[in-house]
Amino acid sequence: MEAQTAEDGGAIRIMSVLEIRDVTKKFGGLAAVSGLNLIIEPGELLGLIGPNGAGKTTVFNLITGVYKPSSGDVIFQGRRLNGLRSCRIASLGICRTFQNIRLFKQLNVLDNVRIATHLHTKANLLDSILRNTRLLNNDRELTEFSLMILRSLKLEDVSDQRSSDLPYGLQRRLEIARAIATKPKLLLLDEPAAGMNPQEKVELMELVRCVRRDFHLTILLIEHDMRVVMGICERIYVLDYGELIAEGKPEVIRKDPQVLSAYLGE
Amino acid sequence: MRILLLRVIAILVTFIGLYMLSQFVTYQMDPYYFQVLIECGVYIILAVSLNLINGITGQFSIGHAGFFAVGAYVGAAWTMIWQPMVVGRYSFLQMGTLHGDILNLLIALVLGMISAGMAGFVVGLPSLRLRGDYLAIATLGFAEVIYVLLLNINSVGGARGLNGIPTLISSGNLALFWIFLFVIISIVLSRNIMQSVRGLTWLSVREDEIAADAMGVDTTKVKVTAFVIGSALAGAAGVLYAHFLTGISPDIFSMNTSILITTMVVLGGSGSVTGSVIAATVLIVLPEMLRFLKNDRMVIYSVLLIVMMLTRPQGIFGTKEIGFPKWRRKQPKTEGRSA
Repeated sequence: MEAQTAEDGGAIRIMSVLEIRDVTKKFGGLAAVSGLNLIIEPGELLGLIGPNGAGKTTVFNLITGVYKPSSGDVIFQGRRLNGLRSCRIASLGICRTFQNIRLFKQLNVLDNVRIATHLHTKANLLDSILRNTRLLNNDRELTEFSLMILRSLKLEDVSDQRSSDLPYGLQRRLEIARAIATKPKLLLLDEPAAGMNPQEKVELMELVRCVRRDFHLTILLIEHDMRVVMGICERIYVLDYGELIAEGKPEVIRKDPQVLSAYLGE
Repeated sequence: MRILLLRVIAILVTFIGLYMLSQFVTYQMDPYYFQVLIECGVYIILAVSLNLINGITGQFSIGHAGFFAVGAYVGAAWTMIWQPMVVGRYSFLQMGTLHGDILNLLIALVLGMISAGMAGFVVGLPSLRLRGDYLAIATLGFAEVIYVLLLNINSVGGARGLNGIPTLISSGNLALFWIFLFVIISIVLSRNIMQSVRGLTWLSVREDEIAADAMGVDTTKVKVTAFVIGSALAGAAGVLYAHFLTGISPDIFSMNTSILITTMVVLGGSGSVTGSVIAATVLIVLPEMLRFLKNDRMVIYSVLLIVMMLTRPQGIFGTKEIGFPKWRRKQPKTEGRSA
């Protein structure tokens, strides 16, 4: 049945990574997101922009199962996600970062990343308790994998520091590292450049580009700073008051009168 | 293969060492000090097992005496009530000989741990819905329910409790052996869990549940597992304690005991196994050392507790450990460099 729903979308879109079909989310009388349609193709770096309060983070929460859609479907690789728990969705291959950083504060940087690798552990709890060779080999592999990710995000020098002691920019980067460690197929970045100065933003976007290439990721990026997204995303969706007001290539979005009025006012 | 060999040697050394120590201590030590030592061991098991729930998984539970009681009473029920019923048919269950005593103790341990673990499962379920203070009150409520039930069930003696429980663990002077075997088991178990990637997910639930969920950690499963393992160990402590004391009454498992165990975990530093061990020892030994103060004893004891918490609010050890984290941190680092 699930396969069928995927085929309904038309032959071209069968292999889209994520498809949001006519999703509405209401909080009481307020529709935070209404009638949203969105498609992410494999390998894309997609931007989701909009002014504050446009419903961007709500979209993330709908995809990751924090909220259930009031109506409509979220389909990930041909599979309906509605009603699945967050941890289940993460294990299917969607991982996110948070706008207000949510690291495991008291743990060191390496452990933050190692936690995220748990989805690939082949050792069960009994192995952990007995600390047998299966666990040791497995943990060593995962630790090496974590270190590899830290290296590619240039965090290896701080790997044994407590994550809450890191400077702000590195905490943001660690969030991305942690999300990558789950080996997601789709990575959702929620304002990764928030609170950074223009120089740092440029560096971060460069990093996002590298990460996407090195780990073969499909990325959906939320940002409200237009300039940042314009430079890096191939396609952009613009939300305002929970509704999609524009979609297309950066050049098109830049000139769209509706987008300009949403950002600058009439 | 080498690891396996080392393990076997370590286990053998532990067993033989504990056995010899047990024999030696039982003959040489003043009975009063011996009693204090055993009590320390029991409370170390309780504190370390509560630390699995409170410190590592971050589910603030203050009803640990309830699981302790379940273990003690179920264990005692086996030796006092159920064993006499079946011993006629299965004569190998006869107590009095060393191997008979050990067999019965093991059966009591298994029964006590299973029933305490099941109680932990039942209490763990609401923890999926309740957070922080609400969970704390629910667990406290559970401990009180157990306490009141024990007071009112006549077949286990009501308020008088069960008396004349055979001292199974002292048979063959093995009391110290059994208690500290379980001390070691609970410490090693906590350590191994904390060091594995799977165990890190327990810590992640404590640190940030929403982020843990987003990383694919099944927080529900983690919490219930922590409750089941933690309470099964508390149940084991109960069985051992009952068969050492020979007499148990509901008063041993009152709210005061729950609070005492929680204090141990917090004082030692939530999440630190080393801290739990040391705090449990301090909180058992301190009141004994203060006996010369007679009536002022508990006043001074409380003042000392307040001072300790004021000077180190994060607990004696914070989240640090003696003995194992250093080794863990160094290992991956050197590997990283060589690669």
